[in-house]
Amino acid sequence: MVKYLSEFRNPELAAGILRRLEKVSTRPVSFMEVCGTHTVSISKNGLRQAVPDNIRLLSGPGCPVCVTANADIDRMIAIAAQPDVILTTFGDMIKVPGSYSSLAKEKAAGSDIRIVYSTRDAVKLAQDNPDKRVVFYGVGFETTTPTVAMSILDARQKNVANYSVLSVHKVVPPAMKALLDLGEVTLDGFICPGHVSVVIGTRPYEFIPKDYGIPCVVTGFEPLDILEGVLMLVEQVERGEAKVENAYKRLVTTDGNKIAMETIHRVFEPGDADWRGIGVIPGSGLNIRQEFADFDAARLFAGVEVPPVKEHKGCRCGEVLRGVIYPYDCGLFGKACVPEHPIGPCMVSGEGSCAAYYRYDEKPRTGA
Amino acid sequence: MCLGVPGKVIAVKDDWIAEVDISGVVIDVGLQFTPEAKVGDYVLVHTGYAMHVMDEAEAMETLKLLEEMGAAAELPDGQIS
Repeated sequence: MVKYLSEFRNPELAAGILRRLEKVSTRPVSFMEVCGTHTVSISKNGLRQAVPDNIRLLSGPGCPVCVTANADIDRMIAIAAQPDVILTTFGDMIKVPGSYSSLAKEKAAGSDIRIVYSTRDAVKLAQDNPDKRVVFYGVGFETTTPTVAMSILDARQKNVANYSVLSVHKVVPPAMKALLDLGEVTLDGFICPGHVSVVIGTRPYEFIPKDYGIPCVVTGFEPLDILEGVLMLVEQVERGEAKVENAYKRLVTTDGNKIAMETIHRVFEPGDADWRGIGVIPGSGLNIRQEFADFDAARLFAGVEVPPVKEHKGCRCGEVLRGVIYPYDCGLFGKACVPEHPIGPCMVSGEGSCAAYYRYDEKPRTGA
Repeated sequence: MCLGVPGKVIAVKDDWIAEVDISGVVIDVGLQFTPEAKVGDYVLVHTGYAMHVMDEAEAMETLKLLEEMGAAAELPDGQIS
């Protein structure tokens, strides 16, 4: 019986793909992954070192926690301090520092902050605590957004009036466009995010080969998935082609999950979003529609005062997120900034590039 | 954060909830995005919701392709199947 994990970790098949890569790859190329789960899997499985020397695997802005701007973390911390508020969040976000503090520090100082596994748990918490205001901190890409939209629909249907969401959700394709328009890194291909693509499908990437001449391959997270994706990119480059290909057909279709997409669009409308290291990208955010204003923490807590934003001195997370430097190239990496005492979000988050490289990667053979 | 894990649907309950076995741990999973999921299917689970029903035929096809790829790499130089 197929279980969809161990089969895609087969070392003999991996060796076969690596041999094929050695044979097919004739020119130096740089590919970027834009998903934190890919970053971790590539680092953990030593794939940056395993691929032939002329293939560089760069990490981009793929960790939703890492790209959350300090201003958005500061706002959440200020809301958490309001009377009768229970702040709920996925665990990833809790330790990430804003300008002055983190949710973990605020929790220790007395704010009621709780980690939930699912948005369903947050709605349940609101039902169980009718005298409290339960706010869910909505961070994440298209994989996560449908579940947050569903929680708002659910809360409306069940008349849970004390539930709201602060949406700092982001969508991935506009960030890929922003990176290409910045022109700081020369890319020969994108390894497109597998589980974002489960929801959005492969179509939203088509502008990348069409307008920028850059190949894209959607792939999964096991070592064989990633190697197959890299091979498909190399083969496109070698043939002089640029198109969107799908190496994750067991989960990804051209159109994605239509119900999930409809759920997102029912509750959210496109807006601008502030990305750490990149800045405001038009159309890359998702705001809660007027129709659901009662569940929008941005409206409900609009009067809450937020202190002025301060960036962390010496932290180069912004450049790491844009793929301009490797984590090693930051002066703080592995010295002042380590997972036990992180300074920037890329070292805090389990899916941050700095944390992944610190835990698993050897220093690359060549600099960025 | 976009981590998703495959799990097997073992029971479908009321209110869009299924029991899903993920490597021996059974959790409640929302089926709102995959109403077609039925007992015995593998689904991709993300933060308590099933986001897609696995396409087993495609999974087998991919594995077969990868095996062939590795075998093809054994061919002498210049012969890329």
